[in-house]
Amino acid sequence: MAAADELAFHEFEEASDLLAETPDAATTSGSNQLTPQGHVAVAVDSGGSYGAEEEVEESDRTALLQEEKQQPGFWTFGYYQSFFDVDTSQVLDRIRGSLLPRPGHNFVRHHLRNGPDLYGPFWICATLAFVLAITGNLTLVLAQRRDPSIHYSPQFHKVTVAGVTIYCYVWLVPLALWAFLRWRKGVRERMGPYTFLETVCVYGYSLFVFIPTVILWLIPVPWLQWLFGGLALALSAASLVFTLWPVVREDTRLVAAVLLSTVVLLHALLAVGCKFYFFQPLPLAHPAPPTQAASLSPDLPPPPTARAHTT
Amino acid sequence: MAKAAESSGDPGTASPRPLFAGLSDISISQDIPVEGEITIPMRSHIREFDSSTLNESVQNTIMRDLKAVGKKFMHVLYPRKSNTLLRDWDLWGPLILCVTLALMLQRSSIDSEKDGGPQFAEVFVIVWFGAVTITLNSKLLGGNISFFQSLCVLGYCILPLTVAMLVCRLVLLAEPGPINFMVRFFVVIVMFAWSIVASTAFLADSQPPNRKALAIYPVFLFYFVISWMILTFTPQ
Repeated sequence: MAAADELAFHEFEEASDLLAETPDAATTSGSNQLTPQGHVAVAVDSGGSYGAEEEVEESDRTALLQEEKQQPGFWTFGYYQSFFDVDTSQVLDRIRGSLLPRPGHNFVRHHLRNGPDLYGPFWICATLAFVLAITGNLTLVLAQRRDPSIHYSPQFHKVTVAGVTIYCYVWLVPLALWAFLRWRKGVRERMGPYTFLETVCVYGYSLFVFIPTVILWLIPVPWLQWLFGGLALALSAASLVFTLWPVVREDTRLVAAVLLSTVVLLHALLAVGCKFYFFQPLPLAHPAPPTQAASLSPDLPPPPTARAHTT
Repeated sequence: MAKAAESSGDPGTASPRPLFAGLSDISISQDIPVEGEITIPMRSHIREFDSSTLNESVQNTIMRDLKAVGKKFMHVLYPRKSNTLLRDWDLWGPLILCVTLALMLQRSSIDSEKDGGPQFAEVFVIVWFGAVTITLNSKLLGGNISFFQSLCVLGYCILPLTVAMLVCRLVLLAEPGPINFMVRFFVVIVMFAWSIVASTAFLADSQPPNRKALAIYPVFLFYFVISWMILTFTPQ
């Protein structure tokens, strides 16, 4: 229908296609007309950057959206509703974008251009926490079937541990990263850093690849587990690095290298920590060793304490 | 109507007339009475109902509430698209179900503190905070269901899983073995699917159409976690 076509946002499509074709455009002054589209949707903490924009065709739109978006205060329900303003297709598209990182595709610019959302990070973290606890439990069940001396218990406290760890990671690390990037903003004037919510979004969606990995960790072959873990970590860290690279590349080499390696290191720590805590190598199950020792060695010499008594 | 036919000109054209073009031709004649009574029958019925419940016996009060809870249980067991659950919500049913489930899932005190199944408080917290989170999620996504209506539906739809827990406890009295596990697994899966179908039948209509999957997925996760707790329950 002709009326529906007229209402489509043609300008948005053109701008993002332009950016997708020429990834270097992110660092030139031509990108200034694109940054307000990412920032306008969340007008909360980037109010200072509006004064710098001078394109005529953008200033009208930013002024209008500025009026609209600054109205709900953070104590109203409408404020939080703006963070859940996504459709199913958008969420699926963002997940797909985080699963397949490409060097030219900046996750924030290309997928989040409509505005960051909190639905994805929150529910991906919740799913990951529960899946971690459940598959950790399942591993213990499967191991017990092969080796009945291992003591099985539904370790329910692990759900709490998993939840707290993952949510802290997805909130505190982006907070630190965002604070650091804003501090360094004074060094580079041309490209504004991401807002806090966009950083949280990037981290949240990058954790999605761990959900199928954790399920695949049920297969009790160690080298396969490390292979899957490495693959997931590579995809996830690549997604983060490709997103952060345009922001960080104008800074000094040292700062860029240190920042990116810290990000990757923290991510690797999370992955390895989860692997070891939830999928412990099974001889470490504590009640097992005494029963195993007693059943395996009835005819060994008496333990040293008995011998000490006799001497 | 004649005026409208004249103004459209050629009757064979397919060009749409502008909307509301005929409104200017309408006039309200003087002799149509515009008056009447506006009463809301439900409201007055409830008001007279309330004033007489003070004098009734305690048994009547309790039986009335129990019958309402029982009627809603029937609606959950045979889910059809009706909005009885939504219209007269109450939280007695969810409370009864949650307490029953938590009592049955409670581990014995012989287990060590850290390594056991969920405690009563943990089950309670998971059920109620899970339901509150899902309700907030659906409201933030733009659903037009009220907070307590959603809690009511989610709580009542735990009924199939509570029945599964009862069945599992009975089955666990028999000797352990793979058949035992398969029976429990089958029962829990069927009841899980029943819970999801029941809650979707009540909740799906209140969401905007392009966000239905986003609102239903947390419900799926919630009942999945509860099913997992039921399936891994081992008595000591």
